[in-house]
Amino acid sequence: MCPNARSPITISARTEPSLENRSNNHQFEFYGEGLPDVDLQELCGRLIVIEGPDGVGRSTQVAMLKPWLESNGHAVLDTGMTRSALAGKGIKRAKAGITLGPISLSLFYATDFADRIENEMIPALRAGFIVLTDRYIYSLIARAIVRGLDPRWIKSVYGLALKPDAVFYMRTNVTELIPRVLTSPTGFDYWESGMDIHLGDDLFDSFVQYQTRMLSVFDSMIEEYGFGVIDATQPIEVIYRNLQRRIGRLLRENF
Amino acid sequence: MGSYHPTGLALRCRLFILFPMLMYGDHQFPGKLFIVEGIDGSGKSTQLSLLQQWLKREGYMVFFSEWNSSPLVKETTSRGKRKQMLTPTTFSLLHATDLADRIERHIIPPLKAGAIVLADRYIYTAFARDTVRGVSPRWVRELYNTAVKPTIAFYFRVPLDVSLKRILSARAGLKYYEAGMDLGLSDDIEESFKVFQGMIREKYEEMVDEFSLKVIDATRSIEEQQNEVRAIVERELRDVPKRPITNYDFRED
Repeated sequence: MCPNARSPITISARTEPSLENRSNNHQFEFYGEGLPDVDLQELCGRLIVIEGPDGVGRSTQVAMLKPWLESNGHAVLDTGMTRSALAGKGIKRAKAGITLGPISLSLFYATDFADRIENEMIPALRAGFIVLTDRYIYSLIARAIVRGLDPRWIKSVYGLALKPDAVFYMRTNVTELIPRVLTSPTGFDYWESGMDIHLGDDLFDSFVQYQTRMLSVFDSMIEEYGFGVIDATQPIEVIYRNLQRRIGRLLRENF
Repeated sequence: MGSYHPTGLALRCRLFILFPMLMYGDHQFPGKLFIVEGIDGSGKSTQLSLLQQWLKREGYMVFFSEWNSSPLVKETTSRGKRKQMLTPTTFSLLHATDLADRIERHIIPPLKAGAIVLADRYIYTAFARDTVRGVSPRWVRELYNTAVKPTIAFYFRVPLDVSLKRILSARAGLKYYEAGMDLGLSDDIEESFKVFQGMIREKYEEMVDEFSLKVIDATRSIEEQQNEVRAIVERELRDVPKRPITNYDFRED
């Protein structure tokens, strides 16, 4: 059983939340079949996801939110995709040499995700951390669907994932994404342009096609997964305040 | 392919040629896929290589697909094993990645060309081993839903004491995961291996009906078993070509 959160988070110009409002019966669920050997009652932390397309500014927001949450007394684990100790290296190499087909690449991503959820996120949640993750299963599902894989299949694979406490979807359009890519040092990336599925003759055409498809798949998931939609065409500061407000509310009501 | 995401016809066709998302049982190829399953020491590999020799002699195109053969995934698997950082779930997913790669690369193309593909172990190995480790049976079956359904899946049934006698006398040393040491069954590696093999055997027995595995009594002589295997395989070879098919009109929808 989880201890009550004793140190209240204080957000400027907000009144102290009363203890009665705090829910003691918060409990995680899995999307599907779940993971073996995980006692959900032991997971006392909170899981918050920032999702959205490539280059929308997710990591900038995570970098700003982490110190803010910490200054409010929460321990925070920030984590992102394709960085697991087990499969991160292999995925990088697979992408460099494009040696895997779509099904095996999707499963390799799933391996990486499973390693991170079992070895990073769940231990942190057990220890009462707020896990703030840059991307979650939704990006991985979207990539698979855009590559022609069966949505039901890929969703059942990710039945191993925990349902987050909140998913914030940074929504934008392709026109907004292009200037951000142009200002990044690497420019148009092979994978972010979906060049492996030959949607256009060059990186730019392919990028527009691929990201348009990705955005439409993300949009189709809003209701299904209960995304909190954030208008990411706004300035960074405005997005940040919006996220602060919504995360603050979530933690007050639910911690 | 699902029509979940609106894609143009051109893309659909292109993706379809590049990669057909077909589910277990949907695949229709001119070639045949024969696979062998069974616990370690059941003699399945011996039988498969004898089958291969015979099919070659009969003039068929035969392709032998090995388990755990993708270099990239192999590297990750070895790292995970060496550092003992694999959980039942990541172990399962890594093997699924590997098998998907093997199917995309080494099983579907020869089947389309009309070859006979032989595989030593297939998805049933994963079902047995992963569920023994505590992974959900439903989830692991979903994971392999894209696999090609074998023409015949042979299961070499052998009592545990017979297989253990064969394997433990022949083998220099057992490895950590191979012996199921990660399950904490016993501190003694040989004892752990015995218990683990017994648990896997039970899972195989449970799958015989579910997947219509063709049971071969593996306590009989090698020759007797091989005769039975050949007789079963022969019945499936009526339409199998001995020369490559290049104009096969692949499942249009």
